[in-house]
Amino acid sequence: MMDDVAIPPFERFYEEHRVEVLSLLRRRLGTERAEDAFQETFLRALQAYRRLEHGEHLRAWVLTIAKNVAVDTLRRTRPTAELVEAGAEDTMPEYEELAPLTDGLPRKERAAVVLRYGYDLSYDQIAAALGSSEDAARQAASTGVRRLRGRTTS
Amino acid sequence: MSISSDLDRRFRDAAASLGLLDVGYDVVESPLGSLLVAASDRGLASISFDARPEEQLERLARIAGPRVLRSPSSVDEARRELDEYFEGRRQAFDLSLDLRALPPFTTSVLRELAKVPYGETTTYGALAARVGRPRASRAVGTVMNRNRIPIVLPCHRVVGSTGNLVGYAGGLDKKTALLRLEGALL
Repeated sequence: MMDDVAIPPFERFYEEHRVEVLSLLRRRLGTERAEDAFQETFLRALQAYRRLEHGEHLRAWVLTIAKNVAVDTLRRTRPTAELVEAGAEDTMPEYEELAPLTDGLPRKERAAVVLRYGYDLSYDQIAAALGSSEDAARQAASTGVRRLRGRTTS
Repeated sequence: MSISSDLDRRFRDAAASLGLLDVGYDVVESPLGSLLVAASDRGLASISFDARPEEQLERLARIAGPRVLRSPSSVDEARRELDEYFEGRRQAFDLSLDLRALPPFTTSVLRELAKVPYGETTTYGALAARVGRPRASRAVGTVMNRNRIPIVLPCHRVVGSTGNLVGYAGGLDKKTALLRLEGALL
């Protein structure tokens, strides 16, 4: 245990790697799309950060996440890229589309709804991100959805 | 190449509003100098008179978990109430507090401390008596010294039995200034 490299506070990790992550994403996606991908990369890192067991290879880890995000972004946008060159705003990440809808929810429910339906994460991953059990994550997402339904139909 | 401040800010706001942080912090300016203020989803977790993040990040991670990020929106409420307090427009704080992982004695002392009214002082001995441990004034002093949330948990209102100010983790000048602000000292 003592031999493990300590996990740094996220702020330090973010400051250390953000420039390299952004330049990688710019090379792969261009300046504009790189910005959303940058956010998504560090949000994914944040979701998984609690489950890290040591602080080794964090650079490789975050660059892997960035590459995956770049692949997802290309997959999502390539078929329409030529048709709607001017409409690049369409690549807004899901959590921003969901944000105005889920604004009024309690924090945990909101996070659960966004991660489940915006990011399509499993309840196991959501549980890790929220620091709660899988059941609690499922519960939070379903309560959040019920609350939203109540609000939209009333 | 660097990160635009707009992109940086958007990430920090998104991280906080998605509830992904163990603790978010920011530097809040006050008449007593810069304060490093930190909050978790349970409430206000820390106020530090030493606002240099490099000194505080590990400490915050030990309190709440490793997902520590500077995020101004996390401390909006605390910032507003502190501003009002320093402007003399607020005498009591309505913030919920994150007192996790503190020993029971510490927690009960801090709960009693929270009841000491604005503009008044009490003594270490009186506070010890109120938690049912009349001889534990020295231990109460230690709790004051380690208070994670000074100002809001008003350890500046606790003085020695002869009325001398005794000590303050943030520096005696800060304690004096806070008591003057509240009109407890001339």
